[in-house]
Amino acid sequence: MSTSTDHGRPDPEATSSGLGSDDRPVSDRGDTVCVIGAGASGLTAIKNLREHGFGVDCYERETGVGGAWNWRHDRSPVYASTHLISSKPFTQFPDFPMPDSWPDYPHHSQLLSYFERYADHFDLRSHIWFGTEVIRVEPAEGERWDVTTRSTGGYGPERTSRYAAVVIANGHNWSPKLPRYEGLEQFRGEIMHASSYKDPAQLRGKRVLVVGAGNTGCDIAVEAAQQASRCWHSTRRGYWYAPKYVLGRPADQVNDSLLALRVPLRLRQWLYHWTLRLTVGDLTRFGLPKPDHRVYETHPIANSQLVYYVGHGGIGPVPDVARFHPYAVELADGREIDPEVVVFATGYLPRFEFLDASVFGDSAGAGRPGLWLNAFTPGHPTLAVAGLVQPDSGLFTLSHWQTVLFARLLQARRDRPERAAAFGQRVRERAGERYSGPVKESSRHWFEVGHADYLRAVERALVELEGK
Amino acid sequence: MRGREWSRPVRPARREVLSAVPQLEEGRPPLLFVPGFGHGAWAFAEHWLGHAASRGFPAYAVSLRGHGGSEPAPEATLRAYAHDVVQVAAGLPRQAVLVGHGAGALVVAHALARYPARGAVLVAPVFGGWGVLGAALRRNPAGTLPAVFGGPLRLSRGQLFSRELPDEEARRYVGRLGRAGRRAQWALLGEPEAEPAVGAPPVLVLGSPDDRVVPASTLTRVARRYGSAPLLFPGMGHDVMLDARWAEPIDAILDWLEKEPAGH
Ligand SMILES: Cc1cc2nc3c(=O)[nH]c(=O)nc-3n(C[C@H](O)[C@H](O)[C@H](O)COP(=O)(O)OP(=O)(O)OC[C@H]3O[C@@H](n4cnc5c(N)ncnc54)[C@H](O)[C@@H]3O)c2cc1C
Repeated sequence: MSTSTDHGRPDPEATSSGLGSDDRPVSDRGDTVCVIGAGASGLTAIKNLREHGFGVDCYERETGVGGAWNWRHDRSPVYASTHLISSKPFTQFPDFPMPDSWPDYPHHSQLLSYFERYADHFDLRSHIWFGTEVIRVEPAEGERWDVTTRSTGGYGPERTSRYAAVVIANGHNWSPKLPRYEGLEQFRGEIMHASSYKDPAQLRGKRVLVVGAGNTGCDIAVEAAQQASRCWHSTRRGYWYAPKYVLGRPADQVNDSLLALRVPLRLRQWLYHWTLRLTVGDLTRFGLPKPDHRVYETHPIANSQLVYYVGHGGIGPVPDVARFHPYAVELADGREIDPEVVVFATGYLPRFEFLDASVFGDSAGAGRPGLWLNAFTPGHPTLAVAGLVQPDSGLFTLSHWQTVLFARLLQARRDRPERAAAFGQRVRERAGERYSGPVKESSRHWFEVGHADYLRAVERALVELEGK
Repeated sequence: MRGREWSRPVRPARREVLSAVPQLEEGRPPLLFVPGFGHGAWAFAEHWLGHAASRGFPAYAVSLRGHGGSEPAPEATLRAYAHDVVQVAAGLPRQAVLVGHGAGALVVAHALARYPARGAVLVAPVFGGWGVLGAALRRNPAGTLPAVFGGPLRLSRGQLFSRELPDEEARRYVGRLGRAGRRAQWALLGEPEAEPAVGAPPVLVLGSPDDRVVPASTLTRVARRYGSAPLLFPGMGHDVMLDARWAEPIDAILDWLEKEPAGH
């Protein structure tokens, strides 16, 4: 079950060379699979591919594993107080549980140590080239791929290696999405995106406006309520703020008890609304806008403290920003406020600058790939994306099963080509399928999936691929 | 989909883990020994842990909840026991080989579906079913019958050890035996089939044809399920790790690991 890259660091030099499309030298890596990124999704890709007998070269632009959860990384979006919003059983890899001694919602530093332990436990580091960035991925003959890398920061020569398959696990929470506002350039206060927010000291004693009601926006608003001299929280619409605990148990576990019983969506929504009425109560009483949608229709916000601080006057809910003035911000209702610091918690956009957008069927260049199961590309059976999902739950279980499915697909290409071909056909027919209830079509919800629906779909795909 | 498992995670329990590690780290995979019902980590600490360490394998033994020095857990289920094993295995520095004895082998079989072990060894596996119950009733009715009704299962000296083991030692071991949770014992009757192991680890089955708990036919059946034949040590009782010739089976296990690709 071993291959040439079994031990020690991968060494493309050691394999035979050929020439690439524009006569560049290309070292041929045989059956080896390339994984881009050593965040959670990349790590589980390496592990599962190895477990299925494939050689793996992983390229990671940073010098450590953990991706977004490694706060030392210059693109890490986590801030000092980041805790998980999905509870442990939903967040851990299904075959490597987090320790019993950890709390229900671990801190980001615990998550980093979890990924480091995962990498050591399964001896993954010897397959990772750290400090190496992938700058180009191009299709080559025989459904293989030419991957061009260079050291992070652009030093040193470029080098191209040919791989049997590629897993893209570059994450989608690092390229800030900044909204455009009239007058923003003239604004004299400080402006930052949530990705550069690290520590509550950045807000201490200041008048702060937080824009956006994702989980991050709500977390930062809660911190501002405790640190800043004043905090406004601007949201475009009303949201459901779900507590992290109901009935003394993590809310997602209670919810999944209902899912396991296959309680229909309508009834779950009704139960949820009813629970929220009992625990959080009528949000409009707090001056928060009334939600314009039912729960489960947008990404859930798990925050037990936001409503509490609104109730204590620490957070002032305000509507959308209309325009900026040099010393003030004008709101949609005509009011003007005068923050010193504006934090845009307005999300991230996925970026694949190393890949021609047309490979993903995104010829318009809108940035949204057309994939099946958010992972498989029509017409490119040896390419997969891992972790490009925004689940209503933890992400790592999903990346795990995505990469297991890809490893089995690669095995099937070798052992049962007719099965692999049927899979390819399904990818073409079903690209773009959604796995959640009726969600809004904004870029914020492009990758939204309901974890139960999504995992069932992956399970079906596995059974169809392997069926006797 | 594991909706039920996620929504009702196993309640944590304090676990006893005993270990013996080699003085020099030789890159060998760690071994995790899982005792059968009624036994604790002590059963391996007696001889096998030290012996494995002396041959370069870091060796650990866990007491399932309710056993040995672990927290009492009268209501423990088979799933909780498997959880204990996976927790300890995932906490080891490197991918581990799971070694289960008796009903501990069944616990290991279930743990293998939740943790990609480097390899697994099933020693005198008690996989349950009416056949095993029948055999136990025939040999030791007084010790077995109460267990059917939720009482303790009492194994006798004759079932566990050969005559070669000095009487005093045998009595000391029998005196240390505890009991498994009622619900876990019942699980043995239903012969719960474990989900397939993840990561397709190599599996070795071994035991004794003179074991008076596990009939030789069971050894063959379990080994066949994992695509091999059992390794047999005639003349030994059920508790091969405590019996007089305890060194033979552990040496066979370590030899197998050294030959397997998993051993490196
Ligand atoms: C504040 C915040 C809170 C969150 N909370 C949760 C939560 O509670 N639960 C949850 O499941 N998820 C949460 N998430 C989502 C989070 O994105 C995922 O948990 C996870 O980090 C995704 O892992 P990944 O491996 O897919 O991507 P990343 O962690 O982003 O890893 C991608 C890796 O690829 C590397 N890379 C990128 N491009 C290249 C290239 N060209 N060449 C080489 N290497 C490259 C990067 O350096 C990085 O190491 C949260 C996100 C944020 C921002």
